[in-house]
Amino acid sequence: MSGTGLWLVVGLASGACFAVKVLGHFVPASWLAHPRLQRINALIPISLLSALVVAQGVAVKTHLAIDHRLVGLGVAMAALLARLPFPVVVVAAAASSALVYHWH
Amino acid sequence: MSVAITVGLYGVAFGAASVADGFSVLQTSLFSLLMFTGASQFAAVGVVGAGGSVASAVGAAFMLGTRNALYGLQMAPVVRARGLKRLAAAQVTIDESTGVALSQATRGPAAMRAGFWYAGLGVYVFWNLFTLLGALGAKALGDPAAWGLDAAVPAAFLGLLWPRLTDGFMRVVAAVSAVFVIAVTPVLPAGMPIIAATVVAIILGWRSR
Repeated sequence: MSGTGLWLVVGLASGACFAVKVLGHFVPASWLAHPRLQRINALIPISLLSALVVAQGVAVKTHLAIDHRLVGLGVAMAALLARLPFPVVVVAAAASSALVYHWH
Repeated sequence: MSVAITVGLYGVAFGAASVADGFSVLQTSLFSLLMFTGASQFAAVGVVGAGGSVASAVGAAFMLGTRNALYGLQMAPVVRARGLKRLAAAQVTIDESTGVALSQATRGPAAMRAGFWYAGLGVYVFWNLFTLLGALGAKALGDPAAWGLDAAVPAAFLGLLWPRLTDGFMRVVAAVSAVFVIAVTPVLPAGMPIIAATVVAIILGWRSR
């Protein structure tokens, strides 16, 4: 992405997120209280985070790539299953992935 | 205190991820100062790192930020701020401040209001401090792949996702979304599969339960 593009992401995404927060404080409660809206809203982070794991873990732009990152993700999942804390999960993923990257 | 430590560690992870995905240290800090909602920040830099467009990155951040509007609905009658203070309250309306305020509900509105500001402003300071540390650290390291930062970013997303998978239905939503992204990655422009995955949430959330 170009330098201008990066600045646009910083500006527009920050503005959009602030606008959403302000909206919540200023609109009448009944506008956003629909149960369906609340239900979908609870699921959106799950869909997006799951999508981000895949997009950053096994994709390179528009093709799929199985590489050192998948090893890191596997280790991260094992660490989460073992109920290890967040920083351990991230560091274990980074270390195992870097190991495979250099081995290659 | 444990909230502060957790926030600090997520902040380091965000700062490192943002720099690994191509943003400068200044831009990374501006994300935390101006946007100040963790999942949206991770999403914006994640979409850019995946090669997505400006619109995809902004869209992903926006959709992850919509839950803050629902928090705002609950917090506005608790905080009852006016003018500029009301805008400040909106900016610090996030998971942690709303959670702390709601946890004080049995102790009355004054305790809820105090909890909201204490958590909101506390997290703001910690989040920004540790974002900067993470960004500077990642900048000093150089090539993201050599240090495993390219795997640390998806691992951080997995760590954010994990505690939300509280029941079988949530796990189904996560699994369907993951399979969906794998399926559409070769046919959609880079970054678009992430936005498109929200369709899974909309369809599954439309009439279930």
